[in-house]
Amino acid sequence: MDSRLFPEAQAKIIVRNLNLYYGKKQVLKNLNLELPEKRVTAIIGPSGCGKSSFVRVLNRMNDLIPEARVEGQVLIDGENIYDSDVDLAALRKKVGMVFQKPNPFPKSIFDNIAYGLRVGNHRKPAEIEAIVERSLKQAALWDEVKDRLHQSALRLSGGQQQRLCIARALAVEPEIILFDEPCSAIDPIATAKVEELIHQLKKDYTVVIVTHNMQQAARVSDFTAFLWLGELVEFDRTEKIFTNPKNKLTEDYITGRFG
Amino acid sequence: MASVKKKGLISDLKERLIQHLFEMSGWLALVVLLGIFALLLTTAIPAFKEINLKEFFTSSRWDPTSPEKPEYGILSMVVSTMLVTAGALAIAFPLGLGVAAYLSDVASHKVREIVKPVVELLAAIPSVVVGFIGLTLVGPLIARIFKLSNGLNALNGSLLLAIMALPTVISISEDSLQAVPQAYVEASLALGANRWQTLVRVKIPAAISGIAASFMLGLGRAIGETMTVLMATGNARSFPHGFLDSVRTLSANIAIELGEVPYYTTHYYALFALGLILFVMTFVINLTADLILEKQKRKLQ
Repeated sequence: MDSRLFPEAQAKIIVRNLNLYYGKKQVLKNLNLELPEKRVTAIIGPSGCGKSSFVRVLNRMNDLIPEARVEGQVLIDGENIYDSDVDLAALRKKVGMVFQKPNPFPKSIFDNIAYGLRVGNHRKPAEIEAIVERSLKQAALWDEVKDRLHQSALRLSGGQQQRLCIARALAVEPEIILFDEPCSAIDPIATAKVEELIHQLKKDYTVVIVTHNMQQAARVSDFTAFLWLGELVEFDRTEKIFTNPKNKLTEDYITGRFG
Repeated sequence: MASVKKKGLISDLKERLIQHLFEMSGWLALVVLLGIFALLLTTAIPAFKEINLKEFFTSSRWDPTSPEKPEYGILSMVVSTMLVTAGALAIAFPLGLGVAAYLSDVASHKVREIVKPVVELLAAIPSVVVGFIGLTLVGPLIARIFKLSNGLNALNGSLLLAIMALPTVISISEDSLQAVPQAYVEASLALGANRWQTLVRVKIPAAISGIAASFMLGLGRAIGETMTVLMATGNARSFPHGFLDSVRTLSANIAIELGEVPYYTTHYYALFALGLILFVMTFVINLTADLILEKQKRKLQ
């Protein structure tokens, strides 16, 4: 894949010859792609094609799986995040993540957002308060929760919890945000809000979103990568993928012939 | 066509019978608890015909067989019980939580599968054997380290009770740490927290009710344990001034005296009062812990 795909943007993430194995099973096969800075890239494909595994390569969440093994390079701002001298905490601050199911901590709304700040550099309480407010506003949740910041986050609805998780990710000022099927566990109205949010985020952040909802990919993303059985079948501008895909497999998938 | 209407009479009866059986066994626990409480209470009350309540609780002189003036002060035994128990938990709880955290977060699967059953086996050592170890091994060691004439004291009791409470603390704490949803761990790591921060700030708070339960069960084990402390703490009736004093706990005192006391005397009734105190102590501790946890849980929902 060459970067002529997006002459107007820098490549934020460059993936080179990436192979991922879980034990003996190969999950990702020789991926090569470049993800543009401050754009939304959607990763689509049928269940089990390796989409989630792929985004979990980008913040090294796969390290949690003992039998996972990565070959190849993932360069973020030119640095290979699989080098041995990489600081995982710093990487994950730079590359935030929002998960499939909303997963707020069983703590107050405030403490959820403040968590990343507190485990990072120790900031002053006043600073933390300001960042909590800013992050909640960014995630369009502030008006709904400003009077109950010290209530448990678990009392929020599913959609609110997911926006809380987005605010929590934003609070540590990442440069890249990974969304792993962020709307699969919430209702359509909440989904619309999250999509709107993703749309806003690309002004300042590089966004990668995994989704198996093709309308969602079409709505929110600028670029789309189609994965099939661990291989990159096609990567292009979203409107091209959805109107005029080059590959027959892509066409079959987006027209719903399999999935 | 198979009818769905006719339920056999026999299977219906069987189902109901089983249901009642389970219901009854549930109630049985409550009945036994209340029964024991009632027995202790009714047997303890006659003691106070002759014993002044204030003296009972505030005096530290216990000498029921004195020919001139029998004395029934339990303060030194209550303090001894608390001292030995507190010492035991001060050792067992941090150590147990540490081991639990190691097993759940650091140890490889293989190590965990070996260590955990071994730790649980520790609970199978009979208390008299632990007491024996205290008498012949730990006691002399303490005597040598602190240059005492003998090592049968509160510290010895605490060390042994700690060993006995450890399997409970480790096993239940580890189970509850394991039960913390992986989603919390992932969320924490994804925000740039390291494993230690994730353990201390997310996993332990999320597992707190199980950890507290392990603490309570360890406490229950330690406070009522009799044979070990009887053998290892020296059984001095005087008021303890520190861990290096010999002590006699409530449970040890009952065990020592109940075998030789004439039935239906004030002394006999007073020993039941001791049992009642012990019962109330554990009950209050458990209840308080339950209430605190309940409040904590409600705050989070």
